[in-house]
Amino acid sequence: MIRLLQIEFIKLWNNRASKVLIISYFALLTSIALVAAIKFDIGPIKFHLADQGIFNFPYIWHFNTFITAFFKLFLAIVIVSMMSNEYSNKTIKQNLIDGLSKKEFILSKFLTVITFSLVSTIFVFIVSLILGLVYSDFNELSIIFTNLEFLLAFFVKLTGFFSFCLFLGVLVKRSAFALGFLILWQVLEGIFRGIIRWKFFDGETTDIIMGFFPLQAMFNLIKEPFSRLGAVQSVANQMGEKLALDYYIHWYEIVIVLAWIAIFIYGSYAILKRRDL
Amino acid sequence: MSTILTVNHLTKKFGHLTAVKDLSFTIEKGNVYGILGPNGSGKSTTLGIVLNVVNKTSGEFAWFGGNTSTHEALKKVGAIIERPNFYPYMTALQNLKLVCKIKDVTQSKIEEKLDLVGLLDRKNSKFRTFSLGMKQRLAIASALLNDPEILILDEPTNGLDPQGIHQIREIIKTIAAKGTTILLASHLLDEVEKVCSHVVILRKGEKLYSGRVDSLQASFGFFELKSDDLEKLKSYLSTNEHFGSIKQENGLVTAILTSELNAHTLNKLLFDKGIIVSHLVKRKESLEEQFLALTKNVNA
Repeated sequence: MIRLLQIEFIKLWNNRASKVLIISYFALLTSIALVAAIKFDIGPIKFHLADQGIFNFPYIWHFNTFITAFFKLFLAIVIVSMMSNEYSNKTIKQNLIDGLSKKEFILSKFLTVITFSLVSTIFVFIVSLILGLVYSDFNELSIIFTNLEFLLAFFVKLTGFFSFCLFLGVLVKRSAFALGFLILWQVLEGIFRGIIRWKFFDGETTDIIMGFFPLQAMFNLIKEPFSRLGAVQSVANQMGEKLALDYYIHWYEIVIVLAWIAIFIYGSYAILKRRDL
Repeated sequence: MSTILTVNHLTKKFGHLTAVKDLSFTIEKGNVYGILGPNGSGKSTTLGIVLNVVNKTSGEFAWFGGNTSTHEALKKVGAIIERPNFYPYMTALQNLKLVCKIKDVTQSKIEEKLDLVGLLDRKNSKFRTFSLGMKQRLAIASALLNDPEILILDEPTNGLDPQGIHQIREIIKTIAAKGTTILLASHLLDEVEKVCSHVVILRKGEKLYSGRVDSLQASFGFFELKSDDLEKLKSYLSTNEHFGSIKQENGLVTAILTSELNAHTLNKLLFDKGIIVSHLVKRKESLEEQFLALTKNVNA
């Protein structure tokens, strides 16, 4: 297993484009700390984002995992191209001839995906912990370590998304087309939603059905955190609305994404196995 | 003698096209094999199948007696097929380090092999800056990293300039001299004739011949003769029971032998009959002539 990771590491780290993207990605993850610096001070209006409670434990776990998940697109490019480059350089053929089995080949890519997700999760954990310790109003240990399931969801979400990218890379063999397909798929899910809502079911059932589509399932894992903010809640209260949002992570949502990961990885293997190179 | 590769009734179909048809042959340790055949005769497909990149339709093949899985066996094989495939953005050294990782061997032999193919001074250049000849030599270095039991080369001189072709041939000869088993696929017959001891001849995916190069045709060779009195020469040859067909071309008589007859016996016979020859050569068909004869027979 270490050998497979080393193989992939040599391939990625010696590629300048991948290296730049990976470094920028982790730089961006760290940069969420800069949000703390947002501060308006215009006459009577004083606004300091860090004082709005976004860095309070345990809310910060929710907020940071939600925001940083958007940066995953950077790694998506790396993953799609690390797969499709093997085809365009025909190095996949050479790898197999040199004695890598097709299973090992897919496994080495999947292990890389897991590593990326794991390192991202650890990164977000550390950055959030530091930010929280600096800005949070609550510093009791029991509160700090509440809602850590958001980190688990973050990990599963990234792994799912990257597995999807990996699968598209194997399927399409060209990085630009694979990324195009990813965007197309996002649009398609939107169209499906429209059709289902329009022709078949009410809003609630539509949401349930859409929860089974890969991208929606990944998005569902961590719901938007803004309506949880104290400020937003109080505004809603004043307007006589009650925002009762179900922002918790449900076990079945994790299971759906795990199932997709299995489908994508096994699918990649099956395609590779059937193909003549 | 131990068997390196056994291929049994191997068949590969691409849709309606049968690229390899019921092919069987065996590769023994220590020999240099050539796979011959015109373009599209199934050479590369056959190699692709035994190298785990093309799926077979039916039949079997076994590496080293069949006790290991194909990908494990391939770690003991060195192979280059068609074009050299490496990561263009990595240097020669980085590429070879990667191959060492895949083959699970130490990196201690990298410098030695780069030296063998004459690329040691370019080890830190990126692969994409290499010429085709250099890429091909790097591929050979890479295939030798594990000191393979067998080296498989598919059209190693394809697309190279004469100098590049010469370099590759010299390298192949050096390797063959060390006793490494080599399997060389080519449509360049003189290439195969120069280095191979055994051949497998394919045509449209079917095996026409497999065995030693020198027993490829059980013929007895032929004589090339010249004389001032061609008519007398020809009429004598046609009565001699040793000869089959007799042809005349530009004053040169070619007489095909049907049984063993050596040159000095013929010379003496002719002299006794009062026929003085100005030119007398006994020859065997070149591999090219034999190959053309063999492939033509099937055509007819």
